[in-house]
Amino acid sequence: MTTATVATEANGDNPYALSHLDALESEAVHIFREVAGEFERPVILFSGGKDSIVMLHLALKAFAPAPVPFSLLHVDTGHNFPEVLDYRDRTVERHALRLHVASVQDFIDRGELRERPDGTRNPLQTVPLLDAIEKNRFDAVFGGGRRDEEKARAKERVFSLRDEFGGWDPRRQRPELWQLYNGRHSPGEHVRVFPLSNWTELDVWQYIAREKIELPAIYYAHEREVFARSGMWLAPGEWGGPKDGETLETRLVRYRTVGDMSCTGAVDSDADTIEAVIAEIAASRLTERGATRADDKMSEAAMEDRKREGYF
Amino acid sequence: MSTTHAVEGVVDAGATSLLRFATAGSVDDGKSTLVGRLLHDSKSVLADQLEAVERASLGRGQEAPDLALLTDGLRAEREQGITIDVAYRYFATPRRRFILADTPGHVQYTRNMVTGASTAELAVVLVDARNGVVEQTRRHAAVAALLRVPHVVLAVNKMDLVGYEESVFAAIAEEFTSYAASLGVQEITAIPISALAGDNVVTASANMDWYGGPTVLEHLETVPVVANPSDDPGRFPVQYVIRPQTAEHPDYRGYAGQIASGVLRVGDPVTVLPSGRTSTIEAIDALGQAVDVAWAPQSVTLRLTDDLDISRGDLIAPTASAPSASQDIEATVCHVADRPLTVGHRVLLKHTTRTVKAIVKDIPSRLTLDDLSQHPAPGELAANDIGRIVVRTAEPLALDAYADSRRTGSFLLIDPADGTTLTAGMAGTAFAEAAADAAPAPEADDDGWDF
Repeated sequence: MTTATVATEANGDNPYALSHLDALESEAVHIFREVAGEFERPVILFSGGKDSIVMLHLALKAFAPAPVPFSLLHVDTGHNFPEVLDYRDRTVERHALRLHVASVQDFIDRGELRERPDGTRNPLQTVPLLDAIEKNRFDAVFGGGRRDEEKARAKERVFSLRDEFGGWDPRRQRPELWQLYNGRHSPGEHVRVFPLSNWTELDVWQYIAREKIELPAIYYAHEREVFARSGMWLAPGEWGGPKDGETLETRLVRYRTVGDMSCTGAVDSDADTIEAVIAEIAASRLTERGATRADDKMSEAAMEDRKREGYF
Repeated sequence: MSTTHAVEGVVDAGATSLLRFATAGSVDDGKSTLVGRLLHDSKSVLADQLEAVERASLGRGQEAPDLALLTDGLRAEREQGITIDVAYRYFATPRRRFILADTPGHVQYTRNMVTGASTAELAVVLVDARNGVVEQTRRHAAVAALLRVPHVVLAVNKMDLVGYEESVFAAIAEEFTSYAASLGVQEITAIPISALAGDNVVTASANMDWYGGPTVLEHLETVPVVANPSDDPGRFPVQYVIRPQTAEHPDYRGYAGQIASGVLRVGDPVTVLPSGRTSTIEAIDALGQAVDVAWAPQSVTLRLTDDLDISRGDLIAPTASAPSASQDIEATVCHVADRPLTVGHRVLLKHTTRTVKAIVKDIPSRLTLDDLSQHPAPGELAANDIGRIVVRTAEPLALDAYADSRRTGSFLLIDPADGTTLTAGMAGTAFAEAAADAAPAPEADDDGWDF
């Protein structure tokens, strides 16, 4: 019987070793370039959150010294953190990018979407997203989704074909072999592309540290007025909080994810530098979404159900 | 940032290597338990995930948390209690980062096993110590051999149910090792475990002091992941041409791509395929930084000394080791689509960054993975079938043998009508040379299967 080669080869001993961040970066860049080579009208979903910021950073590196050959699309719930909108606009200007905004508020104002009783607008994003994809005839839509986020996302392909309704059918996914991504699609269909599929939350933060990428300030600990709801610290706003019986207090908090204010919770934290954030995440006993996302707590298959409808 | 030094310290601490591996096991071999334990003991199952599993388990009237709920992500999987599709899991130890392709074991999901194995550096094949090597085990070993997964681990599970007997383990390990070696599997490591009791998964078992080898996790942490790329010929499929045409870079013309194999150096004389034109590497831009040398699998941009007509789909290779191009391809394939593949089928063939028209000229044989028996001239390949095919392409392609390069020896067949991925292809012979002597005798005296 062959026994294990007792190779305690440290990373540094092999001159050709790549660190896991280098390997993930090379893979993501490969994915961006495949899309640029094979699609007509790709777009990057950009929310101003850390995953989409890392995506944009990778795209900038992939095509340097040429500009990124994609535009950006922000699905604006109308309940955004002002710091994030500010970051979004500065980024677009700095890199001379084109930004499309799909507005949930516009759909509500036109009566095409109805506010939910719980005030959460996150699930409402699907309709404006699909509308923007159809109107702009986008054929590839980059999302920052990671498979480590959620168990339905763990099943997601890197190239994920969506039907003409934007729907995802997990049982009819194309097998994805080697690094041979199949982006073929019929008119009206599009492909969601997830270059960060194999990254974890910690990888994203380590990469942000390594590449010295600026983030919206709300990712670092700061004093903020918040109130408690459903076990989370929510920021007050016109979106619908606090209600009677909910009291505001000032706490030292930061955000692990950035989404709609109505369902994105802050965590108690004194991590005000990137090394403190990395140390905090490495020690955390809660997942990113479990700690701060109300929408995933709705049911065991909340994410799967939303993705079937066209959510990213 | 004022604390650059500290930041670098944090980053260095995380600068570990990456191992992609796949698990394969039959329904009741305890694969979910093994995966659950690896995730759990490496702190990759966090409190809220465990709570969700406990809540869901209780909701179904189960007393103990069902760890399979951690890994079965789809509604249909939870309803049926089986794994349908590959799921990817992530965990880390201080020594290494892991990407686990958790693949279903059912016969009808061979394509998913192939999917998981295609990018894996290591495959864990589980057997139940009470049952030993069964058909399904042989099928998993054959898929690992076919896909040329460099390292195979045989995890003999449920050792607690056979009294932790060394003789039981030794017999299974010997049978499996000789079978897998006959298929050309280079390195096999057999480990006696109990995923349920935790023996030899993460911590060494006190119940099996006769075993002196590594635990599963130790092995995963130490198996060498980086082959020496300087042993392989350089291969650079051009993905995209970067031409900024800006005031700052009016003449920049770079060929972007991921090095598929080997090492490329500034000054290397190179040949461009299929045109056969030659030039020299003038510069290598490694994502914004000029370097003298780069290797697989780095994504870089090459600039050449001559202005050649080069576009997506071309292959740049050192002139000294450039491959030859051909329009006739013989390959072993796994058919992954529900509709069959037939002789005369007109398809698209995607190889590296190049997609060309192709026609299936012949299907000489189909392989039964259970016993490696061959069936000559099957006429068609159905879903999950593995067989030999001969394909003629509309344009010459520079394919390497899959045995030499998993990256430049692999291809997809795609339905031109609707884009369905039909078939996964591996150029050249199926199993390694060792198989010629040791494989079970074919059921017939035909010569259709040439390992």
